[in-house]
Amino acid sequence: MNIIVLIKQVPATTDVKIDEKTGTLKREGVEAQVNPFDLYAVEEAVRLKEKYIGKIIVLTMGPPQAEKALRECLAMGCDEAVLVSDREFAGSDTWATAYTLSQAIKKLENYEIILCGKQAIDGDTAQVGPGVAEMLDIPHIAYVKKIEKIENQKITVERMMEDGYDLIESPVPCLLTVVKEINNPRLPSLRGMMFSKKAEIKHFTAKTIEADKTKLGIAGSPTNVMKVFCPPPRTGGERIAGDPSEQATKLIIKLKEMKII
Amino acid sequence: MSKIYVISEKCVGCGLCVKACPFAAITITARQDKKLKLAVVNEMKCNFCGACLDACKKYQAIVIEKDDIGLRTSDFGQYKNVWVYAEQRHGEISPVVFELLDKGRELADKLKVKLCAVLMGNKIESRAKDLIEHGAETVYLYDDEVLNEFQDDPYCELLSQLIREEKPEIILMGATNIGRSFASRVAAKIHTGLTADCTGLDIETETRNLMQTRPAFGGNIMATILTKNHRPQMATVRHKVFKKTEKNPNKKGEIIKKIFDRTKIKNRTKYLQFVADVSQKVNLAEADIIVSGGRGLGKSEGFLLIEEFAKSIGGAVGASRATVDAGWIAYSHQVGQTGRTVAPKLYIACGISGQIQHLVGMQSSDIIVAINKDPECPMMKIATYAIEGDLYQIVPEIVKELKK
Ligand SMILES: Cc1cc2nc3c(=O)[nH]c(=O)nc-3n(C[C@H](O)[C@H](O)[C@H](O)COP(=O)(O)OP(=O)(O)OC[C@H]3O[C@@H](n4cnc5c(N)ncnc54)[C@H](O)[C@@H]3O)c2cc1C
Repeated sequence: MNIIVLIKQVPATTDVKIDEKTGTLKREGVEAQVNPFDLYAVEEAVRLKEKYIGKIIVLTMGPPQAEKALRECLAMGCDEAVLVSDREFAGSDTWATAYTLSQAIKKLENYEIILCGKQAIDGDTAQVGPGVAEMLDIPHIAYVKKIEKIENQKITVERMMEDGYDLIESPVPCLLTVVKEINNPRLPSLRGMMFSKKAEIKHFTAKTIEADKTKLGIAGSPTNVMKVFCPPPRTGGERIAGDPSEQATKLIIKLKEMKII
Repeated sequence: MSKIYVISEKCVGCGLCVKACPFAAITITARQDKKLKLAVVNEMKCNFCGACLDACKKYQAIVIEKDDIGLRTSDFGQYKNVWVYAEQRHGEISPVVFELLDKGRELADKLKVKLCAVLMGNKIESRAKDLIEHGAETVYLYDDEVLNEFQDDPYCELLSQLIREEKPEIILMGATNIGRSFASRVAAKIHTGLTADCTGLDIETETRNLMQTRPAFGGNIMATILTKNHRPQMATVRHKVFKKTEKNPNKKGEIIKKIFDRTKIKNRTKYLQFVADVSQKVNLAEADIIVSGGRGLGKSEGFLLIEEFAKSIGGAVGASRATVDAGWIAYSHQVGQTGRTVAPKLYIACGISGQIQHLVGMQSSDIIVAINKDPECPMMKIATYAIEGDLYQIVPEIVKELKK
């Protein structure tokens, strides 16, 4: 079984703070990491490979530094890695990203399953996975919390919903986005780390994937950031002092006054 | 290819742009044989948002040249009306839909167009009236057994087709598990922009563009996003972000029944079964009062106290991720970026420090009460009422008071 995993390199912290004195952004420790949700996708791919035998290709679109993220996935058990990187891709929104990734996937060999994390922690949109599936014209199932079985070119999965889960069957090839309930990602093995250090990473450019330039990067992105700003901070309120029983009484009085209770 | 560059003669190396850039795309480097430093932009990281231009107003040393080779939706000007996708689950309209209809009404009035709803399901016709009473002037109704439960393929086919026929200007959808999956696929298919999890929606009067504001980077920064050249403009919104409309039984509207050939519709997946989660006693998102516990509880048994507190005040139990990760309580109780978004009338945070990922899930609550040992933690700073002290001493007193 051939599996493709789509990953993204994200800042290691989404905790971009605002300097209260200057009103500007402070970033601390913005080391890069593999998007945590993508690790569940990598782990699931490795488990499928262990069960059904096959090959895993891990794919990302990003700057040259994203090679590091690919190597981490190789260390966990992926077999090949592809970096799709070109200045033309800068500023891509989810549509342009899905387009670029789907073009790259068309250049790879046949696959049965594409796995993605449910969303990336920096953008938090959850839009790229389903977008890729649509552009490849294959079915997708989002929020998968368990793969029940794969049989006769059909896969049965549990789709997590707000009120429980749906059991859904899909023909392969298909794309799944997975949630953290699906597994516990392993740490890389020593052998994996050795392998990942030496492994060769394939590079794809806008030319390799035969992309339509009008659909790439900032120009090819239907959405554009108009401005960014700091949200007005929620102003703090009142401190309720006293010993615990006084504090309790005061709070209840306030809540009653406001007709909350 | 779009370009961004720094005019080195104008740059004084002050670094204001570095601080303003939300993408960490600018660095300050030393120049050879010059005293002043120079800003350098990494084009791979840049999103061309223009935050640096604002920061550099004084020196005007940064230039952005945006390429306009991007495509534009053909018959761009023909797109009219605001649509709300009326998501249903097992035949019940999702509560977020009524909130969207209220917002949709406001946008439609500003644009002087109609507000419409799209309803898809099986034996669902009776629900169309609810939508009209909440402000929809037209309801497009798809009622068929293949639509009994949500599956991306048939739903996506039908909505995309309808969009091509009717050409709406704006489509709002709930940022639910269904909405996020469905909207993404539709936007990809019809080639338009989609903005997830909007917390603010407004119209830019001159251009009729929808200004879509959403948190970025875990909620510390807000970004306003436009879909300038493509129609419809699509956005998803989480439950409880906007207020719900009052129902008006006198409202009139038309129901347009859409007929389609079931055998011709693409439907590759098969819906086998729904398994309900019985562990969820209260629906967190619907609760008016939530009492949440954090790592400050110190032990799993601490949630017994939180449960007692919640029971005596008539609320639901929430939790921080730290307690969920520790295995003290089920994930379905988690509030925050990777849990649920809630906006109750009253949110009581017991022993929760208020890290940003938690705050983004609850900060639009009407009243926030924090009970915490540390007066300086973020939760205490944003709380409407901050109570400093040991929760194990304070909470029992409150429960006692409530039981009086
Ligand atoms: C990508 C990502 C996603 C995340 N998503 C979420 C999310 O969805 N939801 C979420 O909650 N977190 C999330 N987090 C984690 C978040 O950053 C915090 O780690 C977490 O919210 C901390 O939980 P806490 O406040 O319970 O614990 P802590 O930060 O450890 O705070 C414990 C608090 O209890 C107080 N305390 C201790 N003892 C007592 C006592 N006896 N009486 C009163 N007060 C006491 C302390 O002063 C402290 O303020 C996420 C993190 C990341 C990186």
